[in-house]
Amino acid sequence: MTYIKKPLNHHPNLEINELGLTRRDYEGQVSSLCAGCGHDSISAAIIEACFQLSLSSHQIAKLSGIGCSSKAPAYFLNQSHGFNSVHGRMPSIGTGANLANHELLYLGISGDGDSASIGIGQFVHAARRQLNMTYIIENNGTYGLTKGQFSATNDKESKSKYGEENLFPSIDLASLAIQLGAGFVARSFSGDKEQLVPLIKAAFKQKGFALLDILSPCVTFNNHNTSTKSFDYIREHNEALSRTDFVPLGKEIKVDYQPGSEIEISLHDGSRLRLEKTSSGYDPRNRKMAVNAIQDSIEKGNVLTGLLYINEDSNDLKEILNLTDTPLNKLSEKELCPGSESLKKINESLR
Amino acid sequence: MDTRYLFKRHNTWWIKVAVPRTLRDKLGYDLRESLKTHDLTSAQEKRWKIVDKFRQKIEEAKLKKVPNKEEKAKHVENYMPPTNTTDPQYYHKIVDCQYACPAHTPVPEYIRQISQGNYTDAYMINWESNVFPGILGRTCDRPCEPACRRNRTHEKPVAICRLKRVTYDFKGDISQRLPEVPKKKNGKRIALIGAGPASLTVARDLLVLGYECILFEKDPQGGGLMRTNIPSFRLPVEVLDEEVNLVLNMGVEARFNTEVKSMKELLKEDFDAIFVGTGAPKGKDLQIEGREEADKNIFIGIDWLTSIAFEHTTSVGKKVVVIGGGNTAMDCCRSSLRLGAEDVKVTVRSPFDQMKASEWEKEEAMDEGIPIHENHVPKRFVMNNGKLAGVEFEKVEAVFDDNGKRSLVPTGEEPVIFECDDVLMAIGQDNAFHWIERDIGIEFGEWDMPIIDRVTFQSTHPKVFFGGDAAWGPENIIWAAAHGHQAAISIDKFCQQKDLFERPEPGANLVSQKMGIHEWSYDNDVSQAKRFIVPHADQSISLKDLKVEVELGFDEQLALEEAQRCLNCDVQTVFSEDLCIECDACVDICPTDCINFIQNDEEEELRANLRIPALNLDQDILVSENLPTQRVMVKDEDVCLHCGLCAERCPTGAWDMQTYLYEEAKVYNQT
Repeated sequence: MTYIKKPLNHHPNLEINELGLTRRDYEGQVSSLCAGCGHDSISAAIIEACFQLSLSSHQIAKLSGIGCSSKAPAYFLNQSHGFNSVHGRMPSIGTGANLANHELLYLGISGDGDSASIGIGQFVHAARRQLNMTYIIENNGTYGLTKGQFSATNDKESKSKYGEENLFPSIDLASLAIQLGAGFVARSFSGDKEQLVPLIKAAFKQKGFALLDILSPCVTFNNHNTSTKSFDYIREHNEALSRTDFVPLGKEIKVDYQPGSEIEISLHDGSRLRLEKTSSGYDPRNRKMAVNAIQDSIEKGNVLTGLLYINEDSNDLKEILNLTDTPLNKLSEKELCPGSESLKKINESLR
Repeated sequence: MDTRYLFKRHNTWWIKVAVPRTLRDKLGYDLRESLKTHDLTSAQEKRWKIVDKFRQKIEEAKLKKVPNKEEKAKHVENYMPPTNTTDPQYYHKIVDCQYACPAHTPVPEYIRQISQGNYTDAYMINWESNVFPGILGRTCDRPCEPACRRNRTHEKPVAICRLKRVTYDFKGDISQRLPEVPKKKNGKRIALIGAGPASLTVARDLLVLGYECILFEKDPQGGGLMRTNIPSFRLPVEVLDEEVNLVLNMGVEARFNTEVKSMKELLKEDFDAIFVGTGAPKGKDLQIEGREEADKNIFIGIDWLTSIAFEHTTSVGKKVVVIGGGNTAMDCCRSSLRLGAEDVKVTVRSPFDQMKASEWEKEEAMDEGIPIHENHVPKRFVMNNGKLAGVEFEKVEAVFDDNGKRSLVPTGEEPVIFECDDVLMAIGQDNAFHWIERDIGIEFGEWDMPIIDRVTFQSTHPKVFFGGDAAWGPENIIWAAAHGHQAAISIDKFCQQKDLFERPEPGANLVSQKMGIHEWSYDNDVSQAKRFIVPHADQSISLKDLKVEVELGFDEQLALEEAQRCLNCDVQTVFSEDLCIECDACVDICPTDCINFIQNDEEEELRANLRIPALNLDQDILVSENLPTQRVMVKDEDVCLHCGLCAERCPTGAWDMQTYLYEEAKVYNQT
């Protein structure tokens, strides 16, 4: 924990985005997480993504549950809306908020405990219902806030810092989300912002449920030699599917890829994702291929990162439920309550 | 003061953009162009267009350049090597103020002592380095302040000079802290000519080693120009006496009222070495029409100030014209007011903003209601009935040619006549070496100046050393002190028959400031306060009395708050590669985006590839060894706030905040 406030001074040549803001304008409080926590890097990546997309803070809602990860929203986007909910219940809050006002960008921050243990029931339904949100799991395989017990995403072969064996297999949240019909599933690593920032930007642009499973080493309880979620292990076993470039709407970026070695994916708002293929033939639009690739890499003890799966034609809960385009919170009593005459007519039609 | 890419030549701002090493055979070492302006603000405005033009030129040259195989193969070898932080100058350069100070005073160290209320310690740190903290704290030309990091990170520099004064004003008894002068002398006798700051510094340093120092001074008291040229409303006599006597009382054999009239004679005497610290005592004169006729009412500025200092002059005419635009001119006009003049004018040939006087000296003169007439070239002294009646001026304007060289071109307007009773001439100073015979082995070069070695301060006569203004013409007190230290080292080596060019290494020490997990023994919170203004005495009193000091100095509270503005640039961010796990925590927390983990490259490319390109080539970049991911850590030192957040957020202690104490070697503490 740091005692001083981060000085307001910034570099005189700091970049300014379309809103006239600098990256520093998207920051939050100084983190009270352990020094070196992967979660802080993810916060920095979120800040960078929001800055690059020139998002307005007041159009974003940060939602979280309980845990180290769920504290993190305090450390970025100081001026956004936020709701720190009950443990594992962030998807419910997200659903309610989404239905009341679908115009905000919903950013859920959860951890492996919050999503894979206490909240798994909520998590699967949010994915299944295509809840329109970016759902970030800051996955460190441990319960850091309660001093380092195994979490449900900890790999079976991984031992605890104190030498204890993990008796249970891990839950792979990415595979789960793909199976449940999530339209955007990616995995990344807190220590690789070059990969992470474009993925966050793409997830923001996805219509429906976008899951980002981000491995985020816990420097205090899960960064030892026998851990499979340490900086060193992930760096050694990182199997990146592709290099991802996010191309905003109306912009052209020239990348010197070999012809045929890239896949271009359209996102909902017209912006695009360009993937430079590094694994031969992998196409993230193919669900079967995605599930197989993840299983293959798990067998090899590797960590498959990058955009795992994307459905370009995904829809979201609002569309499925055929809700009005005007958010519910903006509808007046007149529109919500058409009057007794109308009720009579409806009743008549049902006789 | 934001002077990136800018430099000054002939009072004109120029742009300079460095050319990458690989293109230097084609484009030269750098691209430069005159901005044809002397005004910093308009130079800053014009800057970026030209910088962009130059950058484009460099980019074009890069494209044209077809890399041959050999060059490509060499590429990796040209990558930035890990920075050698064991070179004492690396961290020294980061302490901008100390690096800019000719005497390399450890500024942040004494400022920290001030904020802890240890004024005496702070004073002694200064005294050790610059010998005259109380004097310099009132009169220094402050090369440290334009260098201060705050110019780059905030707006105005820390008031370093006035904090130095604070150390004098609030210090306690120092008698127990002075170095001991051995009773038994080493048998070497040194003659010091002139009792100014340079000679006094030499004496102080050499006395500690047991040298006998014999000081010759033509005036009745010591201090040199500090006494004769600086009026007491800027520098009270008590302050001057105290600090001059401190040195004299260490055992200098002072021979006042003794002018050395012949170097030849002096050389015949039994001295092992002679140090010439006679300054630049001859005021320049102006031979224009009427000069001789009006002689009675025309005074040379520095001579006039001297006669005031020794109370030979106690009055001046009602109307006074001061000719000249340097600090002496400012002292002359302000002294005139105090001697009873009612109408004082300063006239200067150049435009106002090109005057030689320090910004703050001009401000103070104008605060006292003295007008400064720019672009006025004196043409003749106007006489009336055999008495001086006024000075006639031609009006000019400054015109710059393509090389930025200035010429003053008459505007063709009617000449102006300023009525006056007395004229004070403050148009520059010269050295006066008529007393040094030219056949005794001391060679003279250009402008009749002795040839002095820049490192050793030795003249072509091995026994004779020069320092202060006597060496290379008028500078200021802090330079004289710096020269004195170096000359003392040389004199000692000469007397001990050692190689004068083997200069002693500076003392350099790094000490961790870590006290707890997130606690430092320095205050790392960055003060956002604006520069505090030094209170002034009421003009109704100060303008009437030559001896009332105008500046009152900071009180303890103001001093504390101003001291808090110091960024502690001497608390260094020390990086240890072997501890780093590349978690990015430091990158994420750094408020000024100094820290990068990237692929190494040649310096030019590496600087350009940083998160925020390191464009200020005056500031170094810190490059680590290769890290496990084959990247390097690169830190741009330019706008680092030394807030220590990188070290606080580092989980492994790979970053540490360590105080770097750099002590310029003195003759008595050589390692």
